[in-house]
Amino acid sequence: MNVWVYVQGSKGAPTSASLELLTKARSLGDVTAFVGGDGAALAEAVGQHGAAKLYATGDLGGRLPGPAVSAAMQAVIEGGDSPDLIMFPQSYEARDVLSRLSVKLGKTVLTNNVDVAAAGGAVTVTTPIFGGNTLVSTTFTGDGPFLAGFRPKSFAAEPSGGGAAEVVAAAVPEVGPTGAAMVVATHVEETSGPKLDEAAVVVSGGRGLGEQAKYELIETLAKLLRGAPGASRAIVDAGWVPYSYQVGQTGKVVKPGVYIAAGISGATQHMVGMKGSKNIIAINKDKEAPIFGIADLGIVGDVHKVLPKLIEALQSR
Amino acid sequence: MNVIVCVKQIPDPALPGALDSSTNTLKRDGKLILDESDSYGVEMALQLVDKAGGGEVSLVSMAPNGEVSGLRTALAMGAAKAVLVSDPALQGSDALTTARVLAAAVGRIGGADLVIAATESSDGYTGTVPEQLAEVLGLPSVTFAKHVEIDGSTLKASRQTEDGYDEVECPLPALISVTAGVVEPRYPSFKGIMAAKSKPVDTVTAGDLGVDPVGWAGAGQQISDVAKAPERAAGEIVEDDGEGFAKIVSFLENLKVI
Ligand SMILES: Cc1cc2nc3c(=O)[nH]c(=O)nc-3n(C[C@H](O)[C@H](O)[C@H](O)COP(=O)(O)OP(=O)(O)OC[C@H]3O[C@@H](n4cnc5c(N)ncnc54)[C@H](O)[C@@H]3O)c2cc1C
Ligand SMILES: Nc1ncnc2c1ncn2[C@@H]1O[C@H](COP(=O)(O)O)[C@@H](O)[C@H]1O
Repeated sequence: MNVWVYVQGSKGAPTSASLELLTKARSLGDVTAFVGGDGAALAEAVGQHGAAKLYATGDLGGRLPGPAVSAAMQAVIEGGDSPDLIMFPQSYEARDVLSRLSVKLGKTVLTNNVDVAAAGGAVTVTTPIFGGNTLVSTTFTGDGPFLAGFRPKSFAAEPSGGGAAEVVAAAVPEVGPTGAAMVVATHVEETSGPKLDEAAVVVSGGRGLGEQAKYELIETLAKLLRGAPGASRAIVDAGWVPYSYQVGQTGKVVKPGVYIAAGISGATQHMVGMKGSKNIIAINKDKEAPIFGIADLGIVGDVHKVLPKLIEALQSR
Repeated sequence: MNVIVCVKQIPDPALPGALDSSTNTLKRDGKLILDESDSYGVEMALQLVDKAGGGEVSLVSMAPNGEVSGLRTALAMGAAKAVLVSDPALQGSDALTTARVLAAAVGRIGGADLVIAATESSDGYTGTVPEQLAEVLGLPSVTFAKHVEIDGSTLKASRQTEDGYDEVECPLPALISVTAGVVEPRYPSFKGIMAAKSKPVDTVTAGDLGVDPVGWAGAGQQISDVAKAPERAAGEIVEDDGEGFAKIVSFLENLKVI
């Protein structure tokens, strides 16, 4: 089977979600990577993770990737190199490319997947629903290329020891008015400490903190544990912390060694982003809160009492 | 300025979700309500039209069962009219078919300067319909728009990225998808609710719009299995008696985190 993986670059390296998909793709068949942007800097890492060939569009000159990159992919496919399956990491950029390509090729797309299997040409993907307590398997029908989006951290990234991938230019055809959206400025929201989706410890706060100023407790605790601070959507929507802190279905997927949820109820959309954590500690004053259903250690109590004491105990060590 | 908002009508998310055992799709047979995700788009549309000083907000929705209560909520907020595509044949439609149907509904209204959708719906959350719709309509798009302004015939939006946000500019007509929290959706007033009852809802079938195939026939997918995910073993739950913090400390010590 021929599998393409959409690779996204960030600061000159493939994102971890891209490497996870390359690793999985290797177990399904021959792997080719496709990047919307410059290929040269990524060729080494992409090759090490199992792709022999890397199609690259080259710099997009400020255009949003969706229309341009999907058109480049379509051109390669219609030019004769057609894969059976294309795997996309579910990032902002890749989701746009995936959706546009689906219309261009007239193919269905399946998103939110956490697993994929291939048997005798049939491709089946697995998607968690209801906050992850039920798994639905869906098989593509008709002819490929089958298009599938995967949640980050669905697979472990492991190098295969291959050499650098061969970079092949994939030209971007004229896309007309659909390609008219241009990036005029880029803003990076700096956070200190480890990245939320890579940290070994994540401490998240929710509406139970009561007010924005109390989020400081979360930041202090995260720092003491050399972890990253996170948040439920309720307090992101309330403007207490930036969107980049959000854990859950529309935020980041995290799988740290320890996840501490303080004043978070445990809505299905939150749990889907943190259920894979090795150990979960929850602090909530409502003993019926759903978060206790998945906690390894649950403290039924007031965050304003438990957190200051916990911080003090850690500071005095 | 004329704006079209996609509004999905969904089962009340406060009620536990269930699968239809014969089709393995989400049950959508009861009363449907306006997806909260779309209330942000409706509010943004109303504000943009207001700022532009003219024009109107129209709605498009696709539902298999003729449901209008979610649409009435959006009309009560201030939208002028709606096209509802409803047809039993739509049951089982995939995201691509949904986008084609919505595009035809947008065409029936006669297009717009701006089309707005939510980044993802609360029940299906494929998150692909907005960008697919833009492609079917041949429009440029800005997904994950956090802040939106119209400057003459140019859309200026800040767009969420993994590391922060981008400022994006795009000529109209265009499509945007918005996330929760971008604006504060208004509550319909009593007057608005009364007025909504007489606002036009143009109900058509997929066939009327010439979209075919739809439903199961148009979907390139088939559900092959539904299984329970492995459950996490229940942990220890303790009431805080003033010493709850010490439990956490020893738990972290055991894990050698501290
Ligand atoms: C399409 C869609 C996508 C979504 N995506 C996400 C997502 O990615 N991430 C996400 O988090 N949510 C997401 N949500 C929202 C989600 O449904 C919940 O609304 C949200 O997670 C609730 O946040 P919360 O737990 O902080 O607030 P609440 O549900 O209000 O819970 C607050 C909790 O704090 C407790 N509490 C109150 N005071 C105290 C105190 N003094 N001490 C201790 N505990 C206290 C309460 O008992 C309660 O359990 C999404 C929703 C939709 C519809
Ligand atoms: N059946 C529908 N009717 C109207 N709008 C829809 C429909 N399905 C999806 N949308 C729009 O597309 C967004 C994303 O949906 P989804 O791709 O299902 O996550 C929704 O929030 C709506 O704005």
